[in-house]
Amino acid sequence: MPTVSLTVNGKVVSAEVENRTLLVQLLREKLGLTGTHVGCDTSQCGACVVHINGDAVKSCTTLALQVEGTDVTTIEGLATNGELHPMQEAFRDNHALQCGFCTPGMVMAAIDLVNKNPNPDEQTVRRELEGNLCRCTGYHNIVKAIIAGGQAMGG
Amino acid sequence: MAENGIGARSLRKEDARFLRGSGNYVDDINRPGQAYATFVRSPHAHARIEKIDTSRAAEASGVVGVFTGDDLAADGVGGLICGWMVTDRNGENMKAPPHPALAQGKVNYVGDHVAIVIANTLAEARDAAELVEVDYGVLPANVDTDKADADGTPQIHDDIPGNMSYDWELGDAAAVDEAIESAAHVTTLEIVNNRLIPNAIEPRSAIGEYDPASDAFTLYTTSQNPHVARLVLSAFCAIAPEHKLRVVAPDVGGGFGSKIFIYAEETVCTWASKKVGCPVKWTADRSESFVSDAHGRDHVTKAELALDSDGKFTALRVSTKASMGAYLSTFASCVPTYLYGTLLAGQYTTPAIYCNVKALFTNTAPVDAYRGAGRPEATYLLERLVEVAARETGTDPAELRKKNFIPPDAFPYTTPVVLAYDSGSYEAVLDKACDIADYRGFAERREEANTRGKLRGIGFSSYIEACGIAPSAAVGSLGAGVGLWEGAQVRFNPTGSVTVFTGSHAHGQGHETTFAQVVADKLGVDFENVEVVHGDTDKGPFGMGTYGSRSIAVGGSAIISACDKLIEKGKKIAAHALEASESDIEYDGGTFSVAGTDRSMSMGEIAFAAYVPHNYPEGLEPGFEESAFYDPVNFTFPAGTQICEVEVDPDTGEVEIIKFSAVDDVGTVINPMIVEGQVHGGVTQGIGQALLENGVYDGDTGQLVSGSYNDYTMPRADDVPTYDVEMYETPCPHNPLGVKGCGEVGAIAAPPAVINAITDALSTEDIDMPATPERVWQALAQA
Ligand code: FES
Ligand code: FES
Repeated sequence: MPTVSLTVNGKVVSAEVENRTLLVQLLREKLGLTGTHVGCDTSQCGACVVHINGDAVKSCTTLALQVEGTDVTTIEGLATNGELHPMQEAFRDNHALQCGFCTPGMVMAAIDLVNKNPNPDEQTVRRELEGNLCRCTGYHNIVKAIIAGGQAMGG
Repeated sequence: MAENGIGARSLRKEDARFLRGSGNYVDDINRPGQAYATFVRSPHAHARIEKIDTSRAAEASGVVGVFTGDDLAADGVGGLICGWMVTDRNGENMKAPPHPALAQGKVNYVGDHVAIVIANTLAEARDAAELVEVDYGVLPANVDTDKADADGTPQIHDDIPGNMSYDWELGDAAAVDEAIESAAHVTTLEIVNNRLIPNAIEPRSAIGEYDPASDAFTLYTTSQNPHVARLVLSAFCAIAPEHKLRVVAPDVGGGFGSKIFIYAEETVCTWASKKVGCPVKWTADRSESFVSDAHGRDHVTKAELALDSDGKFTALRVSTKASMGAYLSTFASCVPTYLYGTLLAGQYTTPAIYCNVKALFTNTAPVDAYRGAGRPEATYLLERLVEVAARETGTDPAELRKKNFIPPDAFPYTTPVVLAYDSGSYEAVLDKACDIADYRGFAERREEANTRGKLRGIGFSSYIEACGIAPSAAVGSLGAGVGLWEGAQVRFNPTGSVTVFTGSHAHGQGHETTFAQVVADKLGVDFENVEVVHGDTDKGPFGMGTYGSRSIAVGGSAIISACDKLIEKGKKIAAHALEASESDIEYDGGTFSVAGTDRSMSMGEIAFAAYVPHNYPEGLEPGFEESAFYDPVNFTFPAGTQICEVEVDPDTGEVEIIKFSAVDDVGTVINPMIVEGQVHGGVTQGIGQALLENGVYDGDTGQLVSGSYNDYTMPRADDVPTYDVEMYETPCPHNPLGVKGCGEVGAIAAPPAVINAITDALSTEDIDMPATPERVWQALAQA
């Protein structure tokens, strides 16, 4: 089996994978990072979003072998010294999660959204969230949280 | 109000783990030595199984076991059950076909379970599943609810002619006929309540594990009610006696009803773990969820509402065909009957109501409770009828409703369809909703929209639901196979912190926070020092689980009862220590004091004394923990009015929701932040039903056409607006917290509000859900 080496949440890791192994399988099954979730098999729910070299990517649609040499950040890698990332804080303060299953992907997508659209308005947030499904919250509080999180991230 | 007590917008305790990615969902769990299961499913809607050959699969790389229905039967594993017996109007029991966990001789819907393949890796299991050879004798499919009982429609189950499980009725048919005949006006409507697929974002998952040393099983499963799962798997499926079966439902990623039921996969994985000698793990992929999760709704209805010349409703007649899918799922039978027919009075004084429901089998996934369950179907029907009646009689829809509302001084109010409403402030709620929606300013906004070539409409929905399910004796008399009480245990630890065990189960509702607020408030302990434990049959008392917006009303009441017992015991301990008579001890917010003195003890001191009983009342048991079971005396009746304003683009048929206003009376609100969140989520599912979602089977082949997120349109962030949600609190008079439940109100109320707004905009009633741009455009073209 081929080996893939990359940096995950600041740590250099390598693992043997099959050609068909997906990044999300590498993270969840080989590296034990179960914060990244799988909600669909058609690349449409966004529960699996992680950052590859800072960009939000659906890890269910990425082969493990594609990420050789990259820098991957998952939901587990966001907090620093136990302190939540401002976007995580904003989700908590605005009750932007209920069952929590979509949340890791939402938060990762939200940070990328704000990085690319500083200080987004409601319309921008709703449009840019196109790739993420939440069945619980009705998005109302997620949208509020992303706007607040964006402000906290420094606009 | 205490800082984190009842009424506080306390931030959620559970968020700390969810936001860090350290939630513990079933698929996150891996057991040592586990193997992976995949299910061979029927590709046909209706077929005889001529032959199954598993030999090639069994020899494939990594395979540890392949089993079929014959293997289950040989081991005496029982089929899946329906736990509610509905009596036909002829007095006969409903017809419940056998529902084997793995098919025996026949498959009845696309996705029906044929075999399980277990291998060392998931990839090996999937590869081997391709090698299971099944010869099918394909039969014609029956997927159309309206035609399921027609002559010539293929019959699914040998002993069930006409595909009818039951033909049920409620109400006074003669009185209704008479009132309709003498009515000044009769509004008639034929509507379809579209099939929905619940789609919790976490797919179902199960791990069965057998431990030979203790001869006991553990099942980790995505369940809303682990105790009930254990009961059914033990008593009916005969997997193991209850004391040898532990069911764990850890963090669960949404349920909306679909995770109430006992499914084939969890049953077979548990049984198979002993056969293959290692834990067996299965997780659905989304395509499997679409075909195999229990679906919701799927009614075809004809209804008539009679009015007198003053616009008072005099009678309602309803005739419904409800699809059950191919088999009866766990609670399927009660949904279109006791959760539907009984709600047809709505908020109104309609004196005569008659409802007939035919429950029919089709070659589709089983239909069972989905958020609201029966009550959304009743509300959609009734609120559309009322709106149409208002238009036909030239009455303002708000005024017509007010004219017919049950007035606040009429409670308790017994409806002609069995229920005894306990409380409500319907007119005040509607007035508040009109204010928030700026109903008065609507005409102006409509004119302004016209100048831009857009069609504006506004729609009302004044709903009621029966929640806090349910008084055991009452539901028992109606056919329920279980009691619907709830259990709780409140345990003080010697150093004063509190652990609360509940039979309720949270899968997004935030019980760890809300229940802690209740206990903190009641016992005067710090919110941070209260831990709520749920979801494991080995921890805490038996419980009935979470559905029907019952957790706070029934589970919360059980917690209060346990707290009351602690306070009673605390008084005895305080009386002894303070050398006073027990009747002189007063309790308030965590402090026991001797009336009229400054002598007192804190709850923490009492707890410590109970665990270190050196100076202690004679004969009193040490320890400070109490259990309680609470059986409600009545349902609770959340009610409210939701108003939707839409703008339709006549060129494209696109509908934009401009404003959605909700005023909900869910009784006392424990945590407004969480309640509002429940309303947002429910309303969004309701908007999804009204505009986007549709579970469609192909009429010829019986294939699920809308079986992926490509085809089944889930509401996304840009499909819905920001909501205006407010509460109106009329406390429930018969439970200790005054609570009614809030989980389902949005899904119940929103669909008719949206459709009434669209029909108002289009000036035609001829539209069914989901009101897609295509349907709206066609309705306009034909109007
Ligand atoms: S798991 Fe659904 S998009 Fe990746
Ligand atoms: S919080 Fe449950 S799916 Fe988003």
